[in-house]
Amino acid sequence: MVKLMNEILAFIDRWSGLIWESTIETFQMVSISLIISIIIGLPLGVLLVLSRPGKSLGNKYLSGFLNVIINIIRSVPFIILLFTLLPFTRFIVGTSMGVRGVIVPLVVFTAPYIARLMESALLEVDKGVIEAYEAMGIRTRDIIWHVMVREAKPSIILGITIAVIGLIGATAMAGLVGAGGLGDVAYRFGHLRYEPVVMYATIVILIIIIQVIQTLGNQIADRAKKD
Amino acid sequence: MIELRHLSKTFESKKKNEDVLALNDVSLHVKKGEIFGVIGYSGAGKSTLVRCVNYLERPTSGEVIIDGAELGEMSTEQLRQARQNIGMIFQGFNLLTTANVYDNIAIPLKLTGVSSSEIKKRVDKYLNIVGLADKKKVFPNQLSGGQKQRVAIARALSHEPEVLLSDEATSALDPETTDAILDLLLKINREFGITILLITHEMHVIQKICDQVAVMENGQVIEQGKVIDIYTQPKNKTTEKFVSSIFPSDIPDTIIDDLEKQGPIINLTFVGHSADQPALSMLSKQFDIQSNILSGNIVQLKDQPFGKLTAHIQGDKVETDKALAYLQEQGVKVSEVKRRG
Repeated sequence: MVKLMNEILAFIDRWSGLIWESTIETFQMVSISLIISIIIGLPLGVLLVLSRPGKSLGNKYLSGFLNVIINIIRSVPFIILLFTLLPFTRFIVGTSMGVRGVIVPLVVFTAPYIARLMESALLEVDKGVIEAYEAMGIRTRDIIWHVMVREAKPSIILGITIAVIGLIGATAMAGLVGAGGLGDVAYRFGHLRYEPVVMYATIVILIIIIQVIQTLGNQIADRAKKD
Repeated sequence: MIELRHLSKTFESKKKNEDVLALNDVSLHVKKGEIFGVIGYSGAGKSTLVRCVNYLERPTSGEVIIDGAELGEMSTEQLRQARQNIGMIFQGFNLLTTANVYDNIAIPLKLTGVSSSEIKKRVDKYLNIVGLADKKKVFPNQLSGGQKQRVAIARALSHEPEVLLSDEATSALDPETTDAILDLLLKINREFGITILLITHEMHVIQKICDQVAVMENGQVIEQGKVIDIYTQPKNKTTEKFVSSIFPSDIPDTIIDDLEKQGPIINLTFVGHSADQPALSMLSKQFDIQSNILSGNIVQLKDQPFGKLTAHIQGDKVETDKALAYLQEQGVKVSEVKRRG
C-alpha cells in the first residue's frame, strides 16, 4: 500500500509539470482557434443558408462556390491539411511552428465544419417566424440576428460543443509542428519512449475534459431552449 | 383601403409545362373599417392571395394598392415601411420560442425603431386588450393555442397598423377558442377601426364577423358580395355548398318524390326581422293549407339574424300559390326544393 502511494507520488512529482503545461497548451490552441473559427464559421453558415436558391440572397453561383470550397477543405484529413498549409501558415503568422503555427491549420480545419453545423442549426428555425418578421417590415440583417441566430441558439451551442471536441482531437496532431499539447505528450512520452502510464494519464485527462465539455454544452443548450 | 387589381400569380415548377396558376385575375376591394372574408377549399389560392397583399409573395402581374400606394412600385425600403402598417396573423402563430410574451411583442417594436418608453406602454396596452396582462414573463410553449394567437394579435396590433391580414388564424384552434379569437378580432375592428382581410375555409368564421365575403375556387374569385346576400342568394355551386355547411338540410330524393304529390316543398329564407315572425302559422290561418316543417335553423350573422326553414305545404294548387305569394310579400324569400337526381 505504502509502496503504491510512493509510486503515485513519484509519478506526479516527475510528470505533473509536463502534463499541466501541455493541458494549458491544449486549452490555448483550442480556445484561440475556436474563437477565430466561430467568427468565420457563423457568418459563413448564415451565408450558406441565405444564398440557397429561394432565400433572401438566393444565388446559385455563390451557394455552389461556397459548398464546393467547404467540401474540398472538409475532405482533407487534418494531418495532411497541417502539412499542405505550411507555406500559407508561414505567410499569415510568420511561423509554422509552435502554438502560433498550429492555429492557422486548426482554423482552416474547424471554420468550415462550424459553418456546416451552423447551416443545419439555422435551417431548423421555423420559416413561419422568419416570415412573420418579414411581414412586420423588419430588416433582413435584424431577422438574421434577432430571429434566426436567436431561435437556433440551442442547436448552435450543441454544434459548437461538437466542434470543440473535434478540435481537441485535431490538436493531438499539433505536436508534429512542435505545438505541444496533451496529444503530443501521449505520443512522444507514452508511445515513442514507452511510458504507458503517461499515455494512460493523458487519456484519462482527455476523457474528463470531453465529459465536462459535453455536459456543459448540453446544459447551456437546454437553458437556451426555454421550454 | 385594400385594392387588388387583376392579381395573378404563377408558381414555376421545375418540370416544364407544369407551372401552377395559383391566382388568376383576382380583383377585390376592401373598404376602410370593413371585415372582409375570403373563403375557399384548400388549394383555392386564398393563402397565396393574402400573402400577395403584403408582398410576402410577389404577384406575377396585377396591382396591390394599400391606402392609395401601389406596393409593386416601391423600393425595398419603402415596402418595409409600408409593411409596418399591415399587421398579419398566421395559423401557426409564429412566435419566437426563445422569448417570453413581453419580448415577443417588444423585440419587433424595437427593431422598427420604437422608443423604449413607448415600447413598454404599447406592450402593456395591447396585452391588456387581448387579455394576457398576467402572462408577460411566460414563454410561448407554456401557453395554449388560443393564448399564443392572442400574443400574435397583440404583436400585430402593437405596430398600430391600419390593416390586419389573417391567414387562417383560427384554423388550428378548437371551436370554443375560435369563437373567442373571432370576438377579439371583432372587438379590435370596432374599437380601433382596423380593416381586416381574413381567409378561412370555415363558413362559421365568415358568418360570425365578416361584412363582405369572396368565394374562391381554382385561383379565381367566383362570387363576392355582402355576407347576407351570399347567404340568401348563392349563385354558384361552391358557394351553395359553403352555405349549406351551416344549414345541413338535405332531404332524401325519395322523400321529395313522395311529398311532391301532395304539394310543394319550399325553402323559406328569413333575414333580419322577418326571422322572428311566425310566418308558417299565419299561413295556415289565412289560407286553406297545412304546413309541415321538415327542417329549420336560425343563425346570427354579424349584424342580423338569418333563418332558413324547409317546409312541405299541403293543399290545392290555387291556395298554395296564394300562400307563397303572401310569404314573399312579407319579405320572406321562397324557393321550391327539387330533387337533385
